[in-house]
Amino acid sequence: MTAPLDVPGAAETAQPEAVAALAKSSDRGRSLGQIAWMRLRKDKVAMIGAGFVVFMALVAIFAPLIVRFLGHPPNEWNQEMIDPILSTANQPWGGISPDYLLGVEPVTGRDIFSRIVYGARISMLIGFLATLVSVVIGTVMGIIAGYFGGWVDAVISRLMDIFLAFPLLLFAMALVGVIPDAAFGLQGNGLRIAILVFIIGFFNWPYIGRIIRGQTLSLREREFVEASRSLGAGNFYILRKELLPNLFAPILVYATLLIPTNILFEAALSFLGVGVEPPTPTWGGMLSEAVDYYNAAPNFMLAPGLAIFLTVLAFNLFGDGLRDALDPRTQS
Amino acid sequence: MRKTWLGLAAAGTSAAMLLTACGGGGGGGGESENEFDAATTSIVNPSDEQGGTLDFAHSDEFDSMDPGNTYYAANWDFTRLYARTLVTYSQEPGAAGLELVPDLAEDLGQVSDDGLTWTYTLKEGLTFEDGTPITSEDIKYAVARSNFAPDIINKGPTYFNQILDAGDYAGPYEDENLDNFEGIETPDERTIVFHLKDPFSEFDYLAAMPQTAPVPADADTGDQYQSAVVSSGPYKYESEWTVGQPLTLVRNTEYDPETDPLTRNRPEQINVTWKQEENDRDNRLISGDLDVDVAGLGVEAAARGEILRDEALKAQADNPLTGFKLYFAINPNVEPFDDKACREAILYGADKTAMQAAWGGAIGGDIATSMLPPGTPGYEEIDPYATPEHKGDGDAVQTALDECGMSDGFTTNISYRSDRDKEKKAAEALQQALAQYGIDAQLKGYETGTYTSEQAGSPSFVESEELGIMAYGWGADWPSGYGFLQQIMHGDSIKDAGNSNLSELDDPEVNQLLDDAAQTEDPAEREQMYGEIDALAMESATFLPYLDQKALLFRPEGLTNVHFSEAYKMYDYSSLGVAQN
Repeated sequence: MTAPLDVPGAAETAQPEAVAALAKSSDRGRSLGQIAWMRLRKDKVAMIGAGFVVFMALVAIFAPLIVRFLGHPPNEWNQEMIDPILSTANQPWGGISPDYLLGVEPVTGRDIFSRIVYGARISMLIGFLATLVSVVIGTVMGIIAGYFGGWVDAVISRLMDIFLAFPLLLFAMALVGVIPDAAFGLQGNGLRIAILVFIIGFFNWPYIGRIIRGQTLSLREREFVEASRSLGAGNFYILRKELLPNLFAPILVYATLLIPTNILFEAALSFLGVGVEPPTPTWGGMLSEAVDYYNAAPNFMLAPGLAIFLTVLAFNLFGDGLRDALDPRTQS
Repeated sequence: MRKTWLGLAAAGTSAAMLLTACGGGGGGGGESENEFDAATTSIVNPSDEQGGTLDFAHSDEFDSMDPGNTYYAANWDFTRLYARTLVTYSQEPGAAGLELVPDLAEDLGQVSDDGLTWTYTLKEGLTFEDGTPITSEDIKYAVARSNFAPDIINKGPTYFNQILDAGDYAGPYEDENLDNFEGIETPDERTIVFHLKDPFSEFDYLAAMPQTAPVPADADTGDQYQSAVVSSGPYKYESEWTVGQPLTLVRNTEYDPETDPLTRNRPEQINVTWKQEENDRDNRLISGDLDVDVAGLGVEAAARGEILRDEALKAQADNPLTGFKLYFAINPNVEPFDDKACREAILYGADKTAMQAAWGGAIGGDIATSMLPPGTPGYEEIDPYATPEHKGDGDAVQTALDECGMSDGFTTNISYRSDRDKEKKAAEALQQALAQYGIDAQLKGYETGTYTSEQAGSPSFVESEELGIMAYGWGADWPSGYGFLQQIMHGDSIKDAGNSNLSELDDPEVNQLLDDAAQTEDPAEREQMYGEIDALAMESATFLPYLDQKALLFRPEGLTNVHFSEAYKMYDYSSLGVAQN
């Protein structure tokens, strides 16, 4: 940082982007959001991640359309594709062909491509909704704990400790095993998805809650909060109008990083057989069924494995980029 | 040397035969070389050689090694190596293996005219491993502990408890005076008399259960007895055994082969290791490092592919029926199945070829069309709900749906055991098949551990959760129609929990036939009754049988005298020997 500011090119090579951005646009102010977006756009890895996330979201939304043109109904058995003795595809390469883009499942002959596409729906749905639950509970609890402090903070913090110490996977397996057929006006898979969303979301809130609490602790001592309070603003007003907007960045970042964790968790539950009911395709469930055929039909294992891997990676890359963009201090 | 050469030649021949697609049965004379499925009907690698070490492995563990406290067919087969029973099954391959032969007893049971007492006389010169003579008291004690002390010994069946006229005898642990056990009488050291409440013509099958293996009362340590079973057979524990540790059996020097109708003393030593991972176990079997998978349920999917792709390996495999019937029970107490026509719609709609595929295709089993397992005496092939190529019959389904007033189909539930992949796939297959006729079935998975005790086996749960169709499988405790049918079809078998009559069939005609069969002495007459019961059960449209399960068993090269036991539905472990070079 010894180079004078007027040396051409120095701004791009040696200066933190924030400074450079501010220097270039000194004539008109830019909001934090605009700055973050500029930084994010320059982060190619994060943008690739974002692109893949958007792609998977579109795949999930338009699954029926995609399958209609490129695949077969996901639950339809195609026994003519299966060798009756070996139970695996009777075509080479696990049945991969223009007709079956990723081959067919052993035993049933179901179209792996269609099942991956439909599986994205469950993964994305549960990943997003569970994260939403975590974020809402975590933010509310974290902001209350941080802002009010004292015994409120003590109670909520201990509650978070308890939740973090909870054997979540075991609890989820036990709970999913005993849920009734119909409850809360839902039944069948709708109910199971709701329960999965609840379990995954409800038990993951302390992670985000702790971060929000820490941020709130530092924010509440800041001058603008003091000013607002001295002008007679109520607690609710301060929480909503002064603190929440300033917490938007960490919430966004951690939500983005929580989604892949939740997708993995759902896959783990499906792998263990406590996810949604068959024949609804899920990536974790497919992976679990593929274990028996890992050498006879590697495509059956690779397809859901790669789907999970790429989606989780994409979310993580995007989340990391978002964090870097929103928080200049973490710049490397 | 000669043997090796013959084996190689045979492998070549069988490959050639398969290429020309002419199959061919097992060799004549009850003996045969390595050839696919040869040990199902004949003895492979017959040899009189003695010596060597026979290595068994189990992917898990047995419930108990105590002959009186186990309910696994494989263990009933295995315990014959150290626990002799009053009668036992012959060592013949094929259907002859179902024949009962006297073992400790001089002859099969002598039944009294009223059918209420069964008498056996022990052979002379029988001793335990320590040289003390085996007496009728030891057998009486064994039956008492295994059937009348459910607090301590509760893993095996309790048929003796149900049929012996023993009053309210409390078992040998609570009531130390064995004379109070009046269900069995021992007039002298070699005579044992069983007193029954009602005549039971198939009593000899019960006498063949390992529960009649003698147990000296002073050596009994309750459920810990499995750590030091006192041998009455050709082998004995090498030393005290701890559950989970490898089990080693060595020759019992007090055993006298002259008293034994079977030849079960070929290897010098027998080892069993537990908790061997399945795929690892299969690989070791194929490499010859291991001799037998003692659980006897066949190889896993990975090894299955490997064996079936390689003609030489395939020639070392057998594909026998396991005696297990896989079926869906349709419960008439769940709407709309109170209407028989709606039940028939399911029977006509099922695509049995898809369900067969779910179990691994033709290797996994034969398509079943009625409940009685083929091979059971009295079995006759019937197919009252025949459909073209077993794939389902749309017209018949529609007719049935119209008749039951549900022309557009209906909704129901199919339950299955979620930790059983093949059963799950079969349930999915049924769901897919029914969906095309507008019958919308929701799949519901439950854990195996609680399936019979709390879900499918609990009629109140079945009704409240509307489990109209339930996946199940059933095998007999002994190879007769009664042993198979009674628990799943008799109205008296319906229980509030732990029910195995999932169809809740309570047909007076079926009940009567079963009761009569139990008291009919003429085997031919009994067998005919089982056929009638089978037809009546199918007529009720509460059973959807789809597969007679088959296993893919592998016999490594060094194993001699390998043959399938129709009684235990796996290799006869007492016959096996190890090739000596």
